[in-house]
Amino acid sequence: MNNSIPHAALRSTHRPRVAVHKFSSCDGCQLAFLNLGEPLLALAETVDILHFAEAGPIDEDAVVDIAFVEGSVATSKDAARLKQIRENSRYVITIGACATAGGIQALRNMHDSGEWIAGIYAQPEYLDLLPESRPIASIIKVDLELWGCPVNGEQVLGVTKALLTGHLPRVDHSAVCMECKRQNVVCVMVSQGKPCMGPVTQTGCGAICPKMQRDCYACYGPAVQANVSALSTYFAATGMPAREVAQRLLFINSQTEPFTSVGIHWQNKTSAAPNTNPGINPKTSLGAEQ
Amino acid sequence: MSDLRTGEIHVPILARVEGEGALDIRIRDGHIDELHLRIFEPPRLFEKLLEGRPVQDVIDSVARICGICPVAYQMSAVAAIESIFNFTPTPWVQAMRRVMYCGEWIQSHSLHVHLLAAPDFLGFNSAPAMAKQFPLEVRRGLRLQGIGNDIIRTFGGRSVHPVGVRPGGFFRAPDAAAMATLRQKIHESLNEARDLIVWVATLPIPEDDQDFTSVSLRQNGEYPITGGRIVSDRGLDIAIEEYEQHFREFQVPYSTALHALLDDQPYLVGPLARLNNNYAYLPADLRQLIEATGIRFPSRNMFHSILARAIEIYYALSESLRLTENYDARTTPYVEPVQCAGIGYGCTEAPRGILWHRYALDEQGHVLNAQIVPPTSQNQARMEEDLKTSLTRFGLDQPDDALRLHGEMVIRNYDPCISCATHFLDFRAARQ
Repeated sequence: MNNSIPHAALRSTHRPRVAVHKFSSCDGCQLAFLNLGEPLLALAETVDILHFAEAGPIDEDAVVDIAFVEGSVATSKDAARLKQIRENSRYVITIGACATAGGIQALRNMHDSGEWIAGIYAQPEYLDLLPESRPIASIIKVDLELWGCPVNGEQVLGVTKALLTGHLPRVDHSAVCMECKRQNVVCVMVSQGKPCMGPVTQTGCGAICPKMQRDCYACYGPAVQANVSALSTYFAATGMPAREVAQRLLFINSQTEPFTSVGIHWQNKTSAAPNTNPGINPKTSLGAEQ
Repeated sequence: MSDLRTGEIHVPILARVEGEGALDIRIRDGHIDELHLRIFEPPRLFEKLLEGRPVQDVIDSVARICGICPVAYQMSAVAAIESIFNFTPTPWVQAMRRVMYCGEWIQSHSLHVHLLAAPDFLGFNSAPAMAKQFPLEVRRGLRLQGIGNDIIRTFGGRSVHPVGVRPGGFFRAPDAAAMATLRQKIHESLNEARDLIVWVATLPIPEDDQDFTSVSLRQNGEYPITGGRIVSDRGLDIAIEEYEQHFREFQVPYSTALHALLDDQPYLVGPLARLNNNYAYLPADLRQLIEATGIRFPSRNMFHSILARAIEIYYALSESLRLTENYDARTTPYVEPVQCAGIGYGCTEAPRGILWHRYALDEQGHVLNAQIVPPTSQNQARMEEDLKTSLTRFGLDQPDDALRLHGEMVIRNYDPCISCATHFLDFRAARQ
């Protein structure tokens, strides 16, 4: 990826223009802006926020320097909207698991989503919903993807500041384990036998789960060079049922490799040889919790 | 375009609400004969994706229904799960869950009052625009929002999709130093919250009394947050397990959010309904402060919702202080429940109103099926009824822009969280 901005667009005569677009999501990543506090007002003084429906300004078709996109592709109209956003924006940055990997709602991609819809809605024909929830990059070119469910203020401010000073930021894709070491957090897998996803999950969250004495559940997506198959084999060797191993991988970021293929591998083991006790009895998990 | 008998208004996406939607109005002979609040946020099918999942996954998943009120979802879910396990959390856990929930009320209400609602009353299109003329007020709001986030973060590691809640309690108890710092911040913010109530009471609030049913929880002589019975100001008083016998959810063709009715009538949930039903349970000093504003509760004016939120911010701050007064960090943060199969219900007061969950679990503690009724779904029928009345009173011959703005203000009184239900406002009025 080219780390410099060829055109001095962001340093040109007009103030930098920013848009925040929403697709299928919980709105939690937009809160990374709305929860900034004082820096939000400073940001509003530095850039022109032309479209950010939840915060007030609405101009869906605004031509901008930076477009942040939250949410996944979920309806028949999303592709056309995204193509317009791409055309109108110098940089497209996805924020969060939905925009970057399809989100938790992409679990439907692995099921008969028609049957799911019929299970909730009496009249599915009223709904415009694609059978699969897909990441933004499946439709348009994305310049930078910010992982996390949700992304936090430091991530979005970091990107904005970097772009304003004329370069794409370097995102740390190393594992949560690295963050635990940096913060002197005692490893919950080594010391308590918890089935932590930290070894294969990228950092950015601040290792909040291990700090909370619990195992990471991979909401920031796969780390660089994650050896997912080794970790999952280890989980199984400690007695975790195949079904539970699969569920560890197929959760918030189910539609991203290597989580998808390794997850399906364990899921197939579940259906091939149904475990008589596929539960989450703590005794079959890594270590008892008490 | 402002001719009463013919014409059409088309305004894209409603601003300052959480999610996507639109409003269609058909006016015939000076009367609204059809009004549809359309919500078109694509459904994400949470109730189905929970099937087969273990209970901790339920708590971590349902948070993702709403970035603004994840704690509410986690609390209704954990209450339902623990009821299946016949488990009663320790008094410490119950108290600290209430504190964490207060954090979400403070965060969500502060965000709504300052970033979403107040700009309407003062004629701005956004909070940053309002901040130029009202810098102290906007900054105060952002600070209060920050305190709410701090409380959630103390118990959950982060304020959006926190990770601290588990069946039986919390993964970890906040340490004494963190709690001392937090209490200091809360203590210092009380005066600001008091000033906020006074300020909100002086906003130019429209007069628009209407007849409606207020539905909320009632919780053992306390202001309701984490549980209780479902009550109305018209005599309803039921256990949460009886919800389905009185409330009916159904689909309408123009909305992805299900509608709900109480005995076939629209009803209100949320801060104003809570306050209307539970005013007596507020501390005496707060009631005095409210009475000094000259505004009386119960109120039938939905525009008083912004004041109800300011009041609840103050309440939640003082309640957090009260509950953490003798905070002991050496406590056991959770007790492991014994899992079993069964059906359980959870209902708590989300910032936007009662949030009802029902789960069936198998012997291994995996979800067999799930049902979730968010507050915005429940308010949809009431919002439509309100819009019909208030837009008619406002004057259907008003210019389109004025009608649209008034309609948006009415809708924002409900602080609809369309991500739960599902986002807004494409406004169309057809005049015939």
